[in-house]
Amino acid sequence: MKFDRKDLLGIKDLSREEIELILDTAIPMKDVIKRDIKKVPTLRGKAMVTVFYENSTRTRTSFEIAGKYLSADTVNLAVSTSSVQKGESLRDTIKTIEVMGFDLMVMRHAMSGTAHYAARNTSMSVINAGDGEHEHPTQALLDMYSIRESKGTLEGLKVAIVGDILHSRVARSNIYGLTKFGCEVRVVGPSTLMPPEIEKMGVKAYYNLDKALEDVDVINVLRIQRERQEAGLFPSLDEYSNLYMVGNRHLKCAKEDVLVLHPGPMNRGVEISSEVADGSHSVINEQVTNGVAVRMALLFLMMGGSKDEIVA
Amino acid sequence: MKLLLKGGRVIDPANEVDEIMDVLVEDGTIIKIDINIDPQDCEVIDASGKIVCPGFIDMHVHLREPGFEYKEDIATGTRAAAAGGFTSVCCMPNTEPVVDSAPVVRFIREQAEKAGVVNVFPIGAISKKQEGKELSEVADLLAAGCVAISDDGKPVKKASVMRNALEYTKMFGIPVLSHCEDLDLSHDGQMHEGYYSTIYGLKGIPDAAEELMAARDIRLAELTGGHVHLCHVSTRGSIELVRIARQKGVNVSCEVTPHHLTLSDEILGDYDADAKVNPPLRSIEHIQALIEALQDGTIDCIATDHAPHHREAKDCEFQLAAMGISGLETAVAVIMDRLVGPGLLDIYDMVRLFTCGPAEILGLDRGTLEIGSTADITVIDPETVRRVDPEKFYSKGKNTPFKGMDLKGWPVITIVNGNIVAREGSIV
Repeated sequence: MKFDRKDLLGIKDLSREEIELILDTAIPMKDVIKRDIKKVPTLRGKAMVTVFYENSTRTRTSFEIAGKYLSADTVNLAVSTSSVQKGESLRDTIKTIEVMGFDLMVMRHAMSGTAHYAARNTSMSVINAGDGEHEHPTQALLDMYSIRESKGTLEGLKVAIVGDILHSRVARSNIYGLTKFGCEVRVVGPSTLMPPEIEKMGVKAYYNLDKALEDVDVINVLRIQRERQEAGLFPSLDEYSNLYMVGNRHLKCAKEDVLVLHPGPMNRGVEISSEVADGSHSVINEQVTNGVAVRMALLFLMMGGSKDEIVA
Repeated sequence: MKLLLKGGRVIDPANEVDEIMDVLVEDGTIIKIDINIDPQDCEVIDASGKIVCPGFIDMHVHLREPGFEYKEDIATGTRAAAAGGFTSVCCMPNTEPVVDSAPVVRFIREQAEKAGVVNVFPIGAISKKQEGKELSEVADLLAAGCVAISDDGKPVKKASVMRNALEYTKMFGIPVLSHCEDLDLSHDGQMHEGYYSTIYGLKGIPDAAEELMAARDIRLAELTGGHVHLCHVSTRGSIELVRIARQKGVNVSCEVTPHHLTLSDEILGDYDADAKVNPPLRSIEHIQALIEALQDGTIDCIATDHAPHHREAKDCEFQLAAMGISGLETAVAVIMDRLVGPGLLDIYDMVRLFTCGPAEILGLDRGTLEIGSTADITVIDPETVRRVDPEKFYSKGKNTPFKGMDLKGWPVITIVNGNIVAREGSIV
C-alpha cells in the first residue's frame, strides 16, 4: 500500500488503513533512532522546510531531526525574523518557499484552516503541524503509536482526554483517530471548556474527573493555558487544579495498568501532578521519541517511499 | 417609442395579478396592461414563457462609495444590480464619510444620477459617525433623500440610543433598520456556533448573539411605537420573536438573505472565506425555520446584504478574512434554483418578497405595475441555466460562495424608468 496523498491536513479524512500504514512504517523508523549511526539515505536529494507561525519546541525539532535522520535537506523558517514581519502575505511566503524547490512544507499556525489554505495554494506537500484549534494530526499519530506500543492494540480501549477540550487541536485529532479504531473516547473538563455538540463526534462528555477515569486504559492530559482563565472561562488555576489535575489518587479510578500521556509542555501541579508525570504509568518521554519515529514515517511516505523500501 | 412586453406571465403581487398579459410602457410609465395589446408603433419584446414582474428592490446593499471605491462604487454596484434583475437598491451608510449628513446623501444621489444605472435610495445613519452615541440629523437626511436609517455593520450598543431612534423616527413614519448583534457575545467569532464550529476549530457566534438584540429592539419598538426592521435575520429564535411581536401588534418587519436561506455552516470545512459572512451561515435547523417563515409570511422581504470585498481581504487566513458576500448578481437565480425550483417557495411569493414587500417597509412608490406608475420591470426566464462565474461579475466584489454553481432561473431583462438597462445578465 502507498500513502497516496499530497498533504496531511488532519486525521478526520484518513482511513483506518492509512493510519495503520503510518504507524507500521514508524516501527522500523524507531529502530533507526536507536542505532549508533542514525542516518539512512532514504530521502537524499529531497528538501523540506518547517514554517512555524507559533512557538514550538518539540514539534519543530522533531520534524527537523526526523528529516535529517532520513537524509532530507531540512530548513527551518524562523517566522519572527522573516519577511512576514515586513508584512508579506501568507500566500506570497508560501510561493516564495515553493519556488526555491522544496518538496514538502511543515506548517504550524495559530489560526484554524491555515494549513488547508496553504495546501490549496502550493504544489508542495503540506503537513499540518497544528492549526489553531482545529487539528494536530502528527500529535494524534504519535499518541496512537505510543498507546498501541504499550497496549499491543488500539481496538476497544477506553481513553479519557482531560482538560481544555474547547481549544485543543490535540483532542480533536485524537478523537478522530481513536474512534476509527473502535476506542471508547471520553472527554472531561469544565463545562466552559467543552465545545458545543462535542458528543456528535462520537465521544462521551464528563464534568467529573473521577467518573470519567473509571476503568479507562489511557489518560491523555492536555495543557491548560493561563489565558483561558484571563478570558473568564474558569475562576482560577487553583480551582481548576482542584477539580481537574490528574494526581496519583485519580489513577486508582482507572485500570491498574493505565497509561498516562501528555502532549507537552506540561504545567506541573496544574493539570498533572509531578508524581503522575514522572511515575510508572507515564509514557510522556516515550511519546517524544515516538514523535520522531512517526514523523520519519510520514516524511518517508509523503516524499515518495513505499513500505517495502524501508531500509532495514 | 412605446415598449410592449408581449405574452409574458405577469406577476404583480401589489395588485394581486398573476395572468398571461401584455404590458405597455410609454415615457417611463406603465400605461396599459391587458390581453393582446396592439403592437403597432411599439418596440415589441417577446416575453412568452417568461415572468414579467415589477422591478425588483434590494433594500440592503453596500455600494461602498464614498470611501471604499476599491471594493465597489456606485457605477459598478448599480450595474451589478441591473445585471442581477434589480431596478432599485438601498445603500447602507457605513461608508467613509458615514452617511450621517445631507451633503453625503446628495453626493450619493448625484453620483447615482451620473454613473448609476438603477434607482439608488440612500439609507442614513442612526447615529453620527455610526458611533452609537448621538442621533444623526434625521429630518435633514430624509429631506436630502434618505428612506430609512440604520447603523448596519456597527450595531447600536446602547439601548437608550436605539430607544430614541425608534421614538424620533416615529414622527417621520420611517423604519429603523437594525443589524441585531450583541458584539460582546459574538466577539472574535468566525462562524455559527455549533457542531461545525467545534470540528472546524473556529470560534463560534451563537444564535443568541442575534436574538438578544432582536428581543431588545422589538421590545423597544413596542415601548415607543416605532417601526423596527430586522436586517438579515438568520436564526429560528429571531423568527419566533418576530411572530410573537406581530401577534402583539408591534410594528416590526424583517428581511432574509439568499445565502442564509440556502447555505449551511457545514460548507466552511475547506476554510474558503468567500462563505464567511456576518451573521454567519447557520445550521440546517435554522435554515428550515427561515424557509418556513418565508412560506407563512413572517418574513417581509428578501435582501442581499451585498457586501463586496477586495480579493486580498478574502484570499488569506480564514480568521483574518473580511466578512461578507457579493450578492446582487446571484440573488434571484439562487432563490429561483434553490427555493422556487424545488417547490419550497411559490414564484408569486418570491416576486412579492422582492417587490411590494420591501416597497411597503420603506414606503417606496415602487414594486408595482399599477397603471401610471414608474416603469421599473424585471423579466425572469425560469428555464435559463447559467453557471455562476464571479470573474464576469459587474461588481468589483468577486466574493461569492455560489461560484461555479449551475443555477436555473435567471433575470433576463431589467427595465428602469422605461429603459432597458440589462439583457441576459449584460448591461445594455
